[in-house]
Amino acid sequence: MSVLLALDIGLALLVFAVAARTVFARGAFEAVVDYVAYGLLLSIVWVRLFAVDVALTEAAIGGGVTGVLLVGAAARLRGAETVAAEESPSASLRVVAACLCLLVTAVLAGVVLLLPYPGPTLAPESARHLAETGLGNPVTAVLIAYRGIDTMLEKVVLVLAVVGVWSLAPDRFWGGAPGEARAAQPEPTLAFLAQVLPPIGILVGVHVFWAGADEPGGAFQGGAILAAMWMILMMARLTEAPPISALWLRLLLVAGPVVFLAAGVAGAVIAGGFFAYPPGLAKPLILFIETFMTLTIAVTLPILVAGPPRREPVE
Amino acid sequence: MSIGLDLFCIVAVGAGVFFFLAGTVGLLRFPDALTRLHALTKADNLGLGLVVLGLLPRAGSLLGALRLIAIWALVQLAGATAAQLIGRAVRRKGPAL
Repeated sequence: MSVLLALDIGLALLVFAVAARTVFARGAFEAVVDYVAYGLLLSIVWVRLFAVDVALTEAAIGGGVTGVLLVGAAARLRGAETVAAEESPSASLRVVAACLCLLVTAVLAGVVLLLPYPGPTLAPESARHLAETGLGNPVTAVLIAYRGIDTMLEKVVLVLAVVGVWSLAPDRFWGGAPGEARAAQPEPTLAFLAQVLPPIGILVGVHVFWAGADEPGGAFQGGAILAAMWMILMMARLTEAPPISALWLRLLLVAGPVVFLAAGVAGAVIAGGFFAYPPGLAKPLILFIETFMTLTIAVTLPILVAGPPRREPVE
Repeated sequence: MSIGLDLFCIVAVGAGVFFFLAGTVGLLRFPDALTRLHALTKADNLGLGLVVLGLLPRAGSLLGALRLIAIWALVQLAGATAAQLIGRAVRRKGPAL
């Protein structure tokens, strides 16, 4: 027991150290590398808190996809970085910002430490009704059944993020494809990985989605793994990002929220409540919704990484 | 039998930890990017390989053991690819420091 406690304390200190490194890093790229390490350490923290679902999401999104997005952003900002450094705010402004940050941290820490123990919880209530959803994983039940509308709106946020990225495109590129054209000669090392890994990755992604009904996993984690496979293929230049005017792409981007919303409206008519599922049909309906959510996530994340269109549309 | 297995676990995982330690020392002490990569790949390959080997008898089932081996194989693939990519970038642009 004491060995585990020592490891936990060591892990917490390591998280603090890497967080400090991220904040005080000299350049954007160094900060991103530290931030990815920070995300992976956090996912170990979630495992130690027995929240494996959160750990999977943190590793896939916090460490993986966000890392790719930020590395891309850092590479694009490289030219502007020296200009930004010259315009750095005055010492007094930085002191004020630091004080405000400390204040927010102190208030957050105070709120967390002053919470009653044991805190107010709906966990027993949620566990009692788990059988009615037909699911074995309470996290999936909360995400898709109890708090379905929150999860649906989360996916709408992802679509809005894509709209935001696309709207950065100049008018003449609207409807075109992001990124450079497919190279005649792909990067050989990355191409090898991009040919070997996707069959395994797609299997693992579908498994994580499927297992999410009863074990840690689910649409978000499985979708993120599928998304990673497409990203590797695009990075190795074995395939290129589709033009943003492609109908199939737009359909897939909205499929998850649309199917979810339709099921919610159908619930209002059939099951007597917005986002209510008819008894007995909950499990198949949840899997149906999750399938489309997985597809939407698997498409949204690579499209976010690909960025705004940078080529004129081909007629 | 059980004591023998425990001993095997301890020796294999201990040896794995030694390679991770050696790899980390190499990463911190070696003079340039290519030699540091060399040290890192040893930690990935032999260190994780020996840890997985030591954990195999404790996997509980054949499926669990296969999963452990799959994890090792995937880390090999990712590690070897990343090392190749970094090595290529170093050769193309010259060492960063």
